[in-house]
Amino acid sequence: MKSHVYRPLWVVLGLVCIILVVRYFYVPKDFGIGRRGYMYGWHRKADVEFWKNYKVKYKGSAYCKDCHSENYNKLMQSPHVIIPCEDCHSPAIDHPVDPQKLQIQKGRGLCLRCHYPLPYPTSGRANIPSIDPDTHNPGTECVMCHNPHNPLEGLK
Amino acid sequence: MNRRDFLKNTARVIGGITLPLTAFKIINPRELLASTGDKTKVRWVFLVDTYKCVGCGMCVRACKLENGIPYDAKVTRTWVERYVITKDGKTHADSPMGARDGFTTSKIDLGIDGYEDIKNADIDKGFFVPKLCNQCENPPCVQVCPVGATYQVPDGVVLVDRTWCIGCGYCIMACPYGVRFFHPVYHTAEKCTFCYHRITKGMKTACVDTCPFGARQIGNIKDPNDPVTKIIMTERIGILKEEYGTKPQVYYLGLDREVK
Repeated sequence: MKSHVYRPLWVVLGLVCIILVVRYFYVPKDFGIGRRGYMYGWHRKADVEFWKNYKVKYKGSAYCKDCHSENYNKLMQSPHVIIPCEDCHSPAIDHPVDPQKLQIQKGRGLCLRCHYPLPYPTSGRANIPSIDPDTHNPGTECVMCHNPHNPLEGLK
Repeated sequence: MNRRDFLKNTARVIGGITLPLTAFKIINPRELLASTGDKTKVRWVFLVDTYKCVGCGMCVRACKLENGIPYDAKVTRTWVERYVITKDGKTHADSPMGARDGFTTSKIDLGIDGYEDIKNADIDKGFFVPKLCNQCENPPCVQVCPVGATYQVPDGVVLVDRTWCIGCGYCIMACPYGVRFFHPVYHTAEKCTFCYHRITKGMKTACVDTCPFGARQIGNIKDPNDPVTKIIMTERIGILKEEYGTKPQVYYLGLDREVK
């Protein structure tokens, strides 16, 4: 057969070789089939470590206990005991080093997350004491009168 | 053929037919793995108690801050839906900003159509349903990935490889629960990881830790003494979109038929 018939074949074979060489260097060595087979486990193994090593930001109330024992103990005695510190005080991350001060949420919106009246049957929301924000001292921050660490303590 | 030969041959044929079938069963690797004890001792599952949820949205806020999802972007790994069913049989549902700031109005958010006022006297049922990735046993999002950028870890969690994802969006289309989205910063597919960095260190997920009402729980279904496993095995539970065959692993207490 004439060489012009073979010529495209060599081009194709050359391309295949180039692709195989590029693929060999480009695909990471730890790329492979995991325990769940090709359909669910085809991945780069090092990525599991990436997600395991992701930074933890919410440290939990026990992290706050030692330095802020006064507020912590007060909270433990109040109906707000169920609310973790970081819900209102923002995630601790590496406090007190980074950040030095936490961004405390103080607005009315924070308290209204639970205390806006939504009398839904079949939901725990109906059992929470609530106020109408339009008539209950509008424009005033809740913490001006109420102590969030112990709301039963009485008004300030 | 005499009577004796006939009986002998019959016994041989029946034996010959049944033996290969049983032999085949014994070498089934899946059953072998199950009978000898699976090497992975962990399979993460999630339990949501919709009776306890009050829609405060602290979980959504915590998830965004913990996992670096831009706070004001309209994407989130977990969200809370509000369902209000009125006496005329209509279902009203909303989730403004994924309930990042909770539900601080009785008006239902209709998006571009504004707000719908509902009188308290008209309400038959009202409840909140937190949603997150179901970490399916048969995840369709993983099947469709053309580059192997999303995968299932042996403990059941589905993760996305940010360096390998090409951003084609097939997985976002494939998920029947709509839990996937594009990360606004990395421009790769993004999803709930069950806070993989926390659960592998013995902690709970950020949303579980910040829920004041215990509406969210995470557990290991392979541990029979796990409180979550006990609830799933003994109480009446529901899952979302069972008909898709994805075997979702987020279980709900108090799921209503209006919840899709």
